[in-house]
Amino acid sequence: MKNTVKVILGAAALGMAASAASAATLDDVKAKGFVQCGVNTALAGFSAPNDKGEWTGFDVDFCRAVAAAIFGDPTKVKFTPTNAKERFTALQSGEIDLLARNTTWTLSRDTSLGFNFAGVNYYDGQGFMINGKKLPGVNSALQLSGASVCVQSGTTTELNLADYFKANNLEYNPVVFEKLEEVNAAYDSGRCDAYTTDQSGLYSIRLTLAAPDDHVVLPEIISKEPLGPAVRQGDDQWFDIVKWTLNAMVLAEELGITQANVEEMKASPNPDIKRVLGQEADSKLGAGLGLSEDWVVNIVKGVGNYGEVFERNIGQGSPLKIARGLNALWTKGGIQYAIPIR
Amino acid sequence: MQEHDLSWVRTEMALAEKAPARERGVVAWLRKNLMATPVDGILTLIGLVVVALIVPPILNWVLFSAQWTGADRAVCATVAQGGSQPEGWSGACWAFINAKFAQFMFGRYTDSERWRVILVAVMFVALLVPLMIPRVPRKGLNAILLFLVFPVIAFFLLVGGAFGLPYVETQLWGGLLVTLVLSTVGIAVSLPLGILLALGRRSRLPVVKAVCVIFIETVRGVPLVTVLFMASVMLPLFLPAGMTFDKFLRALIGVALFASAYMAEVIRGGLQAIPKGQYEGADSLGLTYWQKTGLIVLPQALKLVIPGIVNTFIGMFKDTSLVYIIGMFDLLGIVRQNFADATWASAQTPMSGLVFAGFVFWIFCFGMSRYSIYMERRLDTGHKR
Amino acid sequence: MASQDAFGRTAAPRSSVLNDPRVRGVLYQIVLFVLLVLFIYWIVGNTVDNLRRLNISSGFAFLNQRAGFDISQSLIAYTSDSRYSRALLVGLLNTLLVAAAGIVTATIIGFVVGIARLSNNWLIRKIALVYVEVFRNIPPLLVIFFWYFGVISVLPAARDSIALPFGAYLNQRGFYLPKAIWGDGAWLIPLGLALAIVMAVFVARRARQRQEATGQQFPVMWTNLGLIVGLPLLAYFAAGMPLSFDYPQKQTFNLTGGFAVTPEFLSLYLALSFYTASFIAEIVRAGILGVSKGQSEASFALGLRSGQALRLVVVPQAMRIVIPPLTSQYLNLTKNSSLAIAIGYPDLTAVGGTILNQSGQAIEIVAVWMVIYLGISLATSAFMNWFNAKMALVER
Repeated sequence: MKNTVKVILGAAALGMAASAASAATLDDVKAKGFVQCGVNTALAGFSAPNDKGEWTGFDVDFCRAVAAAIFGDPTKVKFTPTNAKERFTALQSGEIDLLARNTTWTLSRDTSLGFNFAGVNYYDGQGFMINGKKLPGVNSALQLSGASVCVQSGTTTELNLADYFKANNLEYNPVVFEKLEEVNAAYDSGRCDAYTTDQSGLYSIRLTLAAPDDHVVLPEIISKEPLGPAVRQGDDQWFDIVKWTLNAMVLAEELGITQANVEEMKASPNPDIKRVLGQEADSKLGAGLGLSEDWVVNIVKGVGNYGEVFERNIGQGSPLKIARGLNALWTKGGIQYAIPIR
Repeated sequence: MQEHDLSWVRTEMALAEKAPARERGVVAWLRKNLMATPVDGILTLIGLVVVALIVPPILNWVLFSAQWTGADRAVCATVAQGGSQPEGWSGACWAFINAKFAQFMFGRYTDSERWRVILVAVMFVALLVPLMIPRVPRKGLNAILLFLVFPVIAFFLLVGGAFGLPYVETQLWGGLLVTLVLSTVGIAVSLPLGILLALGRRSRLPVVKAVCVIFIETVRGVPLVTVLFMASVMLPLFLPAGMTFDKFLRALIGVALFASAYMAEVIRGGLQAIPKGQYEGADSLGLTYWQKTGLIVLPQALKLVIPGIVNTFIGMFKDTSLVYIIGMFDLLGIVRQNFADATWASAQTPMSGLVFAGFVFWIFCFGMSRYSIYMERRLDTGHKR
Repeated sequence: MASQDAFGRTAAPRSSVLNDPRVRGVLYQIVLFVLLVLFIYWIVGNTVDNLRRLNISSGFAFLNQRAGFDISQSLIAYTSDSRYSRALLVGLLNTLLVAAAGIVTATIIGFVVGIARLSNNWLIRKIALVYVEVFRNIPPLLVIFFWYFGVISVLPAARDSIALPFGAYLNQRGFYLPKAIWGDGAWLIPLGLALAIVMAVFVARRARQRQEATGQQFPVMWTNLGLIVGLPLLAYFAAGMPLSFDYPQKQTFNLTGGFAVTPEFLSLYLALSFYTASFIAEIVRAGILGVSKGQSEASFALGLRSGQALRLVVVPQAMRIVIPPLTSQYLNLTKNSSLAIAIGYPDLTAVGGTILNQSGQAIEIVAVWMVIYLGISLATSAFMNWFNAKMALVER
């Protein structure tokens, strides 16, 4: 019996040791050799496995960028598909190091859930999609009085929906599902008149419907949905790495550094570019983050700059064909604005 | 001795007369089984109507109108839906199952490593079948191989990471593989745990008894879905920071704990059915508690409740489909996930996928229940009281 | 047991204390208890640590916050302005509704199929067998999906609703019935019904006493039927017919007005009924088979007709065998209703899940689930135990 007690106490002690070691996420990540990244289960363009079972998408590429910044290798990342309910506990419990799953940045998530949002990688807003063929003449969300609306439970979408219809004094019938696939299936089978989620999501989901061309996205945007990657509170170094990875991608676009020209750009006389790419003598910028000095080079080489990632996954280079809109650089009419790296 | 020649006493039995014509043949059978009374006739008529209403559409959908081959959704959609079928067509889209079959079996298990899963399955069948057929000898060796050696080999084969086998993370597992691993491991864990809980519940030690009763009744009182939610959402909060469990393992723990509570109640029924004399006999031989339990009580008790145990297995096998709700890709989960595949999305795809999944589950459960009936008959001897 | 070895030497006193089963029992229990306390302490410690470290607030105060989301089916008044606690109540009522409806239907189907399994009619027997074997061996979640996709894909869109008699409609969005609107004085009707039930019970009791005393029978069923239908009807006319109907109307999207039964409810209810019925059928069959044949033969010998023999002799005895397993089937049905979450029926689990998501209060929500489901389970088994005791063989 004594031995059993010893074993139990030993196990408990080991548990404590594990907890002490986990404070520095970067060390953990370096020790295990990859970044564990939480992504959406299947949202075409943002994160979905392709035919070969490899994860692709806008959020997935962000995870790869973080891996590239740390290891210089964008493949040193593993993905955990999470649904709306699991995503927060997965991050809280340390199952994943980083959550890049089109998650809206809100105050309560920042505070009571114990997260830090590293920035906004996609400015989104909630919209509606209807089957234009079955419902000709409906071209505004304000005409949706009495409609059945499909929505995923446990999202900010569900709350915005209730607020919007209440504010406009419209009747509606929520049809709520736990999983994205279930909402899609229900909408496609005609269970609801309208589908509501972030507009980017609507474009993505439309592709998976039986007859994509029949469906139209209504013009109204009923909420602000700044989507961004999140990390746990309490580890500022890790938070910095994720935050500055995102920033570096946007800055690279601003400075015209692309996947193709990054090597040539190293020799650029422009001091801004030189500094960002770690070509300045005695550069200490990377070291401040706990990374190597060519971390930005690695990011851009690995996945490209913000614009390239956008166009490849969800923009004109993809079936989704989403316009840059708010996500264009601030110099081009959007609000993506990179904080200087110096 | 003339009496001996009295030939009017038959020395052999006369052949039975044939039954009267009206008691023979198809007509008589029909009369007896379908139209014994007017009420019976009406019932038959109702039955025929029910069969006529249900069977032809099902047969038509499953067989005659079904599409067996095809490259994408076009074969399973009507012209209006962008396919090649005439308007009003409705049939199963087996082509979808055909195309996705490997995925339904293995999930996203690395292609080049799938032979490992097949090998494990072959080994499992090769060890299980002889154990289940009473006539085959060497049960002891067989059981040792199946219960001690096989799990170790299976673990290394499936997970890898040793002996030159590449590591395949459980993230990639899916389909029938997950369903079977969850249920077999669950069964293997729940049986011993259930026995311990049942013994504990009948224990004379109040603390042991209270702990077992509280555990059993709590678990039996709540739905599996909430237990799974607890395992997937809450377990991480119970552990020290940084210590995490594999999601697969978490579901496994949830399912196994749940099943062991039910198993405990089944086994308790068996324990209660053992006459007191057996306990007293064992005591008088000077056996210790564990000797008494292991050598006298349990063998008899388990034999009595084999049908109940198999029923619990069946229930558990069916219950593994619930891990779909916590976002795992077991057979049902992966089938449902594939509904979203744009290449195959059509009005018939969901139903076809569900029917396929249902059929697979049905085969396993039906097989188990038949086997339990067979064992029940075999073991029935000598226990009628 | 003061242990003595083979040579008759008494063992050392110290080891004899340890070998005493009572002492050992106490020791084992202390060890188990300490381990358990340590384990719980460890878990609680971890949880508190985690909550503090992650800045997650705890406690049940969040139940008073505004819910902010809508629920598609609610038996009580609920809007997005209601509190979380109210949302949970809505979910609980929905669970109870689908469980109660499912139990009634499953019992009816189960008894019919169970008796059909023993029918003399070959065809009926086989149909019942196929039904039982199919539904018993498929996971309930799949049965729910079958109904859900079946219901949605077979029924027409809202615009081409199938019109049914009495102003009812059936379409993809559900089953629309006219809603009864009670006017002034309607309270007389339930009062009449209550009065009728009390009188019916009284009549039944008197009739039985009379039969036991004199052997004369009284047509209890017809009298009571007359009372139960007649009195409320009388009350209805006396109150000046205070009933009107709100008929469902076709609108741009859906039918509005009336009383709508959602396809989620419909498919969950049908799936649970059909699935559980296959188990109940087997229980009923075993129960009837468990009554010895001599019982029905004896009752025929007493001159009872076959219906009477079934009703007065076989069924009461079969019920004794049937009730305990029936109880656990009812509990299973109630617990299986939590699968509602897969098709979006807002039951306790689904609403709780939404709240868990919106508020992040995982531990509190799971605790609420556990307490409520355990409460339902205990209440059901208490009731069935009482019923069982009433039905049990009274041995003299």
